[in-house]
Amino acid sequence: MEQDTMLLLGRLLGPPGPEVGCDVCFEELDRYVELELSGTDADAALPGFRAHLAGCPACREEHESLRALVSGERASA
Amino acid sequence: MSAVSLRTIAPVDHGAGTHRTSGSLAPAAPVLDPESREWLRALRADGNERDEAVARLHALLVRAARFEVGRRAPAQPHLRGNELDDIAVEAADDALMSVLRRLDDFRGASRFTTWVYKFALLEAAVKLRKRAWQGREVPLEPAAWEVLAAAATGPEAEVEQREALHAVQEGIESALTPRQRQVLLALAVNGVPIDVLADRLDTTRGALYKTLHDARRKLRRHLEECGHAPLGAEDH
Repeated sequence: MEQDTMLLLGRLLGPPGPEVGCDVCFEELDRYVELELSGTDADAALPGFRAHLAGCPACREEHESLRALVSGERASA
Repeated sequence: MSAVSLRTIAPVDHGAGTHRTSGSLAPAAPVLDPESREWLRALRADGNERDEAVARLHALLVRAARFEVGRRAPAQPHLRGNELDDIAVEAADDALMSVLRRLDDFRGASRFTTWVYKFALLEAAVKLRKRAWQGREVPLEPAAWEVLAAAATGPEAEVEQREALHAVQEGIESALTPRQRQVLLALAVNGVPIDVLADRLDTTRGALYKTLHDARRKLRRHLEECGHAPLGAEDH
């Protein structure tokens, strides 16, 4: 329950640092996922992207889906 | 056609640090890989060659949309298998239109297939979120205040968290505009999906997130003014 309170505070306050918006997140999502899967430092290449994923559940879900789809495809190739 | 609406929203300016007001963070376009180049060539060809490429692209998008629907199916018990598949195909149709309209926007920052997948995943995800809330009222602010009050007075919360929540409640009442309050409580407390709220308020996901972001910044500032240490909380 203590964790629930922290999650609620997290949703209310959002990520602490600078972040991109939903539009930039969508534009760069494919690039970010491929950088992640190639082992490149995606967060250095796209600052503010990770923070947005922490603050926006919808963009986070879409990031998880694209990552899962592409990584699964490459694993079975 | 949510992918289209995401494309056309006004740039979001969070006004700090790394946030960019342009539509992209990317530098100059990289060289296209051979497979991506072939996709573009075929989709820009004439006649049968183009038709065949469009059909292959549609099949790819259907696969991606079905993947997304399959991931979310356990959370959609109200939808039967054929309804889920209808949503996937409809999402792929919409994604196909978006991809073809935006073909010139592809810069080669990823493989072409990765680029097109995101359109199908977005369309499917947005449709499922909206379907789950179809016919449901968006909870009103009093419901959110009850959640906050319960969390701030419950015995399970640490003293520090209780104090922070009290300060957040004060900040919501005193520092936010009515619009910021409405958006923050709906998204962060009542758990309304951002696409659903955007629909109900006749706006876009990007514009709503900007409002949410501004509200969060004001609350963080309010907490600091009340003497609370900066919180590094994340929504996980």
